[in-house]
Amino acid sequence: MYLIKEARFLAPDIKLFRIEAPRIARKRKAGQFVIVRVHDEGERIPLTIADSNTDDGTVTIIVQNAGKTTRLLNMMEEGDSVLDIVGPLGDPSHIENFGTCVVIGGGVGTAIAYPTAVEMKTQGNHVIGIVGSRNKELFILEDEMRATTDAFYPMTDDGSYGEKGFVTNKLAEICEKQKVDFVLAIGPIPMMRAVANVTRDLGIKTVVSLNPIMVDGTGMCGGCRVQIGDETKFACVDGPEFDAHLVDFDTLIARNSLYKEKEQKDLAEFQANPLVVLEQVRHQCRLDQVEEAIKARN
Amino acid sequence: MDRLPPKERMKISRSSMPEQDAKDRARNFLEVNLGLPVLAAQHEAQRCLDCADPKCVGACPVGMQINDVVTLVLDGDFIGAAKKIREDNVLPAVTGRVCPQENQCEGACVLGKKMDAVAIGYIERFVADYERETGNVGLPDLKPSTGKKVAIIGSGPAGLSCAGDMAINGHDVTVFEALHEIGGVLVYGIPEFRLPKDIVKNEVENMKNMGIKFETNVVVGKTITIDELMTEEGFDCVFIATGAGLPKFLKIPGEHLGGVYSANEFLTRVNLMKAYDPEKYDQPIYDCRGKNVAVVGGGNTAMDSVRSALRLGAKNAYIIYRRGEDEMPARKEEVHHAKDEGVQFMTLVNPVSFLGDEKGNLKVAHLQRMELGEPDASGRRRPVPKEGSDFEMPLDVAIIAVGTGANPLVQSTTPDLDTTDRGYILADEETLATSKPGVFAGGDIVSGSATVIRAMGAGRKAAKAMHEYLTAQAPV
Ligand SMILES: Cc1cc2nc3c(=O)[nH]c(=O)nc-3n(C[C@H](O)[C@H](O)[C@H](O)COP(=O)(O)OP(=O)(O)OC[C@H]3O[C@@H](n4cnc5c(N)ncnc54)[C@H](O)[C@@H]3O)c2cc1C
Ligand SMILES: Cc1cc2nc3c(=O)[nH]c(=O)nc-3n(C[C@H](O)[C@H](O)[C@H](O)COP(=O)(O)OP(=O)(O)OC[C@H]3O[C@@H](n4cnc5c(N)ncnc54)[C@H](O)[C@@H]3O)c2cc1C
Ligand code: FES
Repeated sequence: MYLIKEARFLAPDIKLFRIEAPRIARKRKAGQFVIVRVHDEGERIPLTIADSNTDDGTVTIIVQNAGKTTRLLNMMEEGDSVLDIVGPLGDPSHIENFGTCVVIGGGVGTAIAYPTAVEMKTQGNHVIGIVGSRNKELFILEDEMRATTDAFYPMTDDGSYGEKGFVTNKLAEICEKQKVDFVLAIGPIPMMRAVANVTRDLGIKTVVSLNPIMVDGTGMCGGCRVQIGDETKFACVDGPEFDAHLVDFDTLIARNSLYKEKEQKDLAEFQANPLVVLEQVRHQCRLDQVEEAIKARN
Repeated sequence: MDRLPPKERMKISRSSMPEQDAKDRARNFLEVNLGLPVLAAQHEAQRCLDCADPKCVGACPVGMQINDVVTLVLDGDFIGAAKKIREDNVLPAVTGRVCPQENQCEGACVLGKKMDAVAIGYIERFVADYERETGNVGLPDLKPSTGKKVAIIGSGPAGLSCAGDMAINGHDVTVFEALHEIGGVLVYGIPEFRLPKDIVKNEVENMKNMGIKFETNVVVGKTITIDELMTEEGFDCVFIATGAGLPKFLKIPGEHLGGVYSANEFLTRVNLMKAYDPEKYDQPIYDCRGKNVAVVGGGNTAMDSVRSALRLGAKNAYIIYRRGEDEMPARKEEVHHAKDEGVQFMTLVNPVSFLGDEKGNLKVAHLQRMELGEPDASGRRRPVPKEGSDFEMPLDVAIIAVGTGANPLVQSTTPDLDTTDRGYILADEETLATSKPGVFAGGDIVSGSATVIRAMGAGRKAAKAMHEYLTAQAPV
């Protein structure tokens, strides 16, 4: 069991956790992720490591409500524990001094892009940040992104904050005005595809972080396979970052909706009584703690 | 029970394993084989001729003292028999269920030349179950502590058997496992109906009681490297037993479609993540109810996958295998079980491509008939496609079970570890020592996919060499 040392909402439905996992905190690099299993009956879900602290041995994850597992996790508080956390998984982001980099985050993708933006800046890149969200309320990590970028453009779909429009509008505008050497785009799949379409003809090297459904995260199952050009790759060990111009986004979208029915059923059942489920998980967690304590005493 | 004279013993026919009715079991995940009752087990033990030079012992990869075990069973000392087994085999309840005895102990039994071999596997299973059910475990005695720290990477049968022997020798053993459960293929691969997970859990508890420590959620190579274990965490010796867990695909068009799985993914969802109980567990699996499901392959993995699909409600469950039934590497018992349960066998057939609908889900398999040509390197006759024999069949789920390869995570992060050109770890045949001092390796990561008992044999072999290696070092 792994203790949650801090839990706070960054926006409605988006929560930041610092979880005690010293081995992972020590090793992780920007771009890597963990797999979390909240409780014994739950799924294993991948979440990017947004930050880590080697002093208190914690890793930071930022979680957006999607279905049952993320919503259940987002109800947990400081002092609760998750059953399993494993990592750091995946290859770290490839960081070098490209020159001018545009880092684009969409929704919770901003949390995934942020640590890489920091590293890009450290390597001496001129970093331009574009962050998009549906509205002002859902905007996250603004201060952090502003602090690491040389220029920062907030965008909202409804214009309630920053400029109204999509991140791709801003990207195209920037590319017209200046030379861009590298683009990193992380967010919903349609956003990443749109970015790839903007930069393809301009010949700008573009990397996206893919989010296929995963199980083990160690290359053992092949469930996370993605089509990159004419090759099949396992996103958990060969990625999750790939050349955006080679990604087959249609296949990724299709594979990510494989289990819609069961996901929706589980979510509906959960939402009928979320507190009951939370209490069961907490109860089991306490039982496990007692058992561990008894074992340690013997 | 007194032994009968040899002539009388030979009159007894081999017991048959009581099993759940095929119709019922094809729709549930409860164990198929029910185990022999006490009298039947002793009756079976009577059949043993008590050879002066028991061939069965030599044919067992861990050298279990089968003749002594049989005598103890005849004496009614079942716990004594369990303790005897545990001297050589840390997982008797597991091997009694999943070993291909026909190729090992029972294959060497002299009775087998004229009639049916002694059902050694059934006796072994009986002893292990008796021990567990009475809660009276015959744990082996441990030597005094040596203060040496041993790290075992991977908790499959190779890792567990090495851990057991090292603990007996007084070393301080920690097993590191990437997944959240201990057991390797025993928990993520082999299904509940063949090997109930509580049995594996119970064996792991026994090992904890021997002082062995287990750390789950540690992916060696990612969470920590072998070098860090040896320098920063003070491990004197390491055994790598990471298995052959990398799934192979067919590399034919359409493999990305929804409904196409590697056997590893399908079985992991069903077994480790318990997708067979969707009311209780969140892990989804493609709904097999009323669907056409085909498994490509002819090994144990293929049989486990197809029988799982049937239990998940498949309307038709097929095995598609490119050679003939005689060439199938699966345990004979599993092939029979699969047939009894209604699995349809399509041999000498191979898929060419998979076709999907507009949503990207599998709908049709394009197949080709094969015939057997000249023998290949493995000595088996090579299947060659028959010209113009292509055909199609409607298919919703395809599970690819055509073997696995070596997962590179440990090798690629341990620079001085030599590997074969296919990525398996090179280890000395006698000692299982690798090119890196203090590091040993065994099981499927050295041999390629083999069997539970061979992996356990490798674990024991390595333990012997590791113990010698540690004893030769200055005492702590
Ligand atoms: C490498 C990687 C990094 C990620 N990082 C983050 C992050 O930092 N923050 C964040 O909020 N989300 C992140 N995600 C997405 C997150 O894993 C999913 O939102 C989560 O698994 C959904 O689970 P659920 O039970 O809440 O929803 P469900 O109802 O189960 O599913 C909703 C959707 O999420 C996706 N999904 C479901 N199960 C999985 C699974 N096991 N693995 C991957 N995707 C799945 C599917 O597309 C599905 O349609 C990441 C995904 C990947 C692959
Ligand atoms: C579906 C199936 C059915 C089978 N049926 C039978 C049968 O009936 N009879 C039989 O005799 N054999 C059977 N086999 C074969 C047998 O299970 C294997 O030969 C045996 O399990 C190999 O043991 P192992 O210890 O080498 O590896 P594994 O059992 O594969 O265990 C390796 C362990 O190492 C872990 N690991 C991998 N990488 C890392 C890492 N980097 N860090 C930490 N941990 C890691 C894995 O998660 C795994 O738990 C079957 C195999 C399968 C897949
Ligand atoms: S998640 Fe299983 S191989 Fe990537």
